[in-house]
Amino acid sequence: MTASDVLALLPLLLIAGSSVAVLIAAAVGRNHAVAFGLSLAGLAASFCSVFFVPATQVTALLDIDGYALFFFGLISAASFAVALLAYGYLRNRDIDKEEFYVLLLVATLGAMILAASSHFASFFLGLEVLSIALYALIAYFGDRPLPVEAGIKYLVLAASSAAFLLFGIALIYADLGTMDFARIEHILAANPNPNLTLLLPGVALVVTGIGFKLALVPFHMWTPDVYQGAPAPVTAFVATVSKGGMFALLLRYFAQSGINRFAPALLVFTIIAIASMLAGNLLALLQSNVKRILAYSSIAHMGYLMVALEVGGAIGASAVVFYLVAYFIMTLGAFAVVTVLSAEHRDADQMEDYRGLFWRRPVLALIFTAMLLSLAGIPMTAGFLGKFYIIAAGAAAGSWALILILVIASTIGLFYYLRIVVILYQQPGDANQPLPLRMPAAGLVLAALTVILVWLGVYPSSMLQAIHTAIGSLL
Amino acid sequence: MILLWLIVVLVGGGLLAWLAARVHPLLCRWISLAAVLVDLALAFIEAFRHVSSGNAGMNTWFEQVDWSWIPQFGIHFHLALDGLSLLLVLLTLVLGVVSVVISWSANIKALGFYHLNLLWILAGILGVFLSLDLFLFYFSWELMLIPMYFLIAIWGGERRTYAAVKFFLFTQLSGLLMLIAILALYFAHYHATGVYTFQYTALLGTPLSPHMAMWIMLGFFIAFAVKLPMFPFHTWLPDACAEASTATNVILAGLLATTAGYGMIRFLFPMFPGAFRTFAPVAMTLAVLTILYGAILAFSQTNLMRLLAYASISHLGFVLLGIFSGSAIALQGAVMTLIAHGISTGALFVVAGSIEDRTHTREIGVMGGLWDTAPRLSGAGLFFALASLGLPGLGDFVGEFLILLGTYRSHIAMTVVAACGVLAATFYALRFVQLAFQGPNLRPWRLPDLALREGLTLGAMMVVLLWLGLYPQPVFHTFAQAANHLPALWR
Repeated sequence: MTASDVLALLPLLLIAGSSVAVLIAAAVGRNHAVAFGLSLAGLAASFCSVFFVPATQVTALLDIDGYALFFFGLISAASFAVALLAYGYLRNRDIDKEEFYVLLLVATLGAMILAASSHFASFFLGLEVLSIALYALIAYFGDRPLPVEAGIKYLVLAASSAAFLLFGIALIYADLGTMDFARIEHILAANPNPNLTLLLPGVALVVTGIGFKLALVPFHMWTPDVYQGAPAPVTAFVATVSKGGMFALLLRYFAQSGINRFAPALLVFTIIAIASMLAGNLLALLQSNVKRILAYSSIAHMGYLMVALEVGGAIGASAVVFYLVAYFIMTLGAFAVVTVLSAEHRDADQMEDYRGLFWRRPVLALIFTAMLLSLAGIPMTAGFLGKFYIIAAGAAAGSWALILILVIASTIGLFYYLRIVVILYQQPGDANQPLPLRMPAAGLVLAALTVILVWLGVYPSSMLQAIHTAIGSLL
Repeated sequence: MILLWLIVVLVGGGLLAWLAARVHPLLCRWISLAAVLVDLALAFIEAFRHVSSGNAGMNTWFEQVDWSWIPQFGIHFHLALDGLSLLLVLLTLVLGVVSVVISWSANIKALGFYHLNLLWILAGILGVFLSLDLFLFYFSWELMLIPMYFLIAIWGGERRTYAAVKFFLFTQLSGLLMLIAILALYFAHYHATGVYTFQYTALLGTPLSPHMAMWIMLGFFIAFAVKLPMFPFHTWLPDACAEASTATNVILAGLLATTAGYGMIRFLFPMFPGAFRTFAPVAMTLAVLTILYGAILAFSQTNLMRLLAYASISHLGFVLLGIFSGSAIALQGAVMTLIAHGISTGALFVVAGSIEDRTHTREIGVMGGLWDTAPRLSGAGLFFALASLGLPGLGDFVGEFLILLGTYRSHIAMTVVAACGVLAATFYALRFVQLAFQGPNLRPWRLPDLALREGLTLGAMMVVLLWLGLYPQPVFHTFAQAANHLPALWR
């Protein structure tokens, strides 16, 4: 390992280092503000380092190219926002707070490793680093039944899906003799009609593992319970960083290994995409809990992303990345609103908590509206351009059936987003509203996210340029 | 640059009005009025500069603004004005002034946000009329929805949530189908020429297989037909009108339909002449059905707003008929009807709103004998009802007459059936007048008559309708400029 390799690993090292620093600081003396400050510094440093780190392949495991660096930036920025949300959320609670930041940093590290993996070994390593930290984060409030239930559920399902993934990796390795994505590409390119007996079950099992993490139908069962049970900032993290890291890996895996060229695999992905879009949106209609609605909606959004992934090529890949960026912003924004409204003893996940919000806190209600409209894909928001990009990618490839289903699914989706929006503007009921905690840091996050949301929705050129550069190193 | 100002003034005025409402409600109202009036003045300046100076017909576009917006997709911020858009921009701003003025005395909650929405929807509508880039067009098209959704959902009647969601879902789904059509056209153009562009003028000549052209045209058509609204996609309009407040109804019935008519004239035939001709018989049949269905349902309504909504649907059927008839005369009639219908239906909603403010009901059966107590209001009601049923000398007559005249030359049977729609209009319009204004005042109602503000608004609308009816030449002259670069079928 050379000095330039170490430099390339700097974004990862900074995160890992700050997690150790928080641990040491907590061992010296527990102080919430110090732990918070150290984590923010680590995340900010990691974000900044992305801009000058050289792009190289570090060992066979990690490919720190422009694509990985792009996701490093995205992930560390998102974790930065989650940390800001968590600070206000944890501040007044009677609980040890420092470990939360350690776990958050470790989980972030895992997601970043995923985004840079070019090898099944680092893939699995990143996945486990991410998952194990998440088990603890989801059940961080160990004295409450819902978070513990959610944590156990996640633990059992994630562990078994990891086993599927390992078995799949083993089958692919047994067949091709390599775990390196690029080498797989070489072997498949040299032999366009390989024996699929081992390869296909292997790919299917890997997809199971990935599908679980992304909560694609039919691997989505855990999502609503975990979203509902986990503390709101952790839910925001699960919805964005954890899924984003995994999707970054999936896109790289597709682009570099060329394993999606086989018709049976493509068919399976098509079915998964359609099922996720329709099931996610239809099941969300039946929910009355805001966190569960957002959970099902995230299933649908993963379905939209799968449509762009299927299309492939430069336009499909850029559509995926742009949509992920938009999805990060709007999902973080939506959960930031949930966090801001949460009281000490429970999260604001009931519809009643939002009734008449516009008349009490108009700016917050307008921000939430903007986030929901973005999730629904209405102009002036990043979500609109994201959806536009995906439909454009579909149209470029002539996948009319898929984009027609996407259009119908997103119209169904509009219905439940509007249900929340309507509640925001109704006359406030006389029900006792839980007294929200005061969170100035979260207000900052919300303001920043709203500005970025509208900026990307109106003037996305610079982001598109950055994505174009990032994708260039991938294809 | 003036085109950009048209939109900027409204968007900025909306924001200012929102902030001003915290200082004083009156300030908010004056700022909104000032913004719309400034815009109207700008539009009139454009009209005088280009139409009366006699250079109409020389240039394709009076004025343009063209900036690169998202170069990666070849998207431009491209606004342009021709005779057609000039007419509709003027209509929009006139009705915009009306809707601000009639909101004046009403006790409106969240006044600032209300005016923000009011001005922003006008900005969105102007965006639709002025966009010459299909992405920008779709952007504005969708952007109209959100303020309208809020206007219905926050300031509507009892079932406002249902009405607002229904409105949003109908228009959003149809809009997304149009987006697919736009993208299909975009990639078809790319495959033919190797250039990524959303520019209207570039996409005009895109070679398409007849099959493809038909599908793409249907995508556009659905979006416009839902917005118009055409039978059988009309059900959202009566529900929305029944719940929305007066100013919202003026925009809903008067302007949103106009955007649909505009879209059909601007895009359908110029872009897909072959598919348009093939599809015309179907569209004309639907148009005739819309005319009759709207008229019959208008006749059987008991809720005044629903009656007006169905009447509006019936009139818009004529617009559809005129556009698809393929005759230049009928097309002129369609443009005329769009304008006259906007004014007369808008005015009828203002009258209906004034009645509702006084009687607190929308049920026609409860009214009756209002002429005794509020003669000026009732007289205005009669005037606009007569305009709506097509009394010669008023704008609606000119439009519908030309549509029937133009259509008669090629489709006699359709014309005969459509003419029955004119007859039916007499029934529902006079039924409204008789039940609401005439007969014995049984209640008995004791109502204040029109205030000066309302009287001036309605009086101005009467003058416009009379002008359109007696001297429609400026409208035809202005439209003729735009028609010059429409394809031959319509000349």
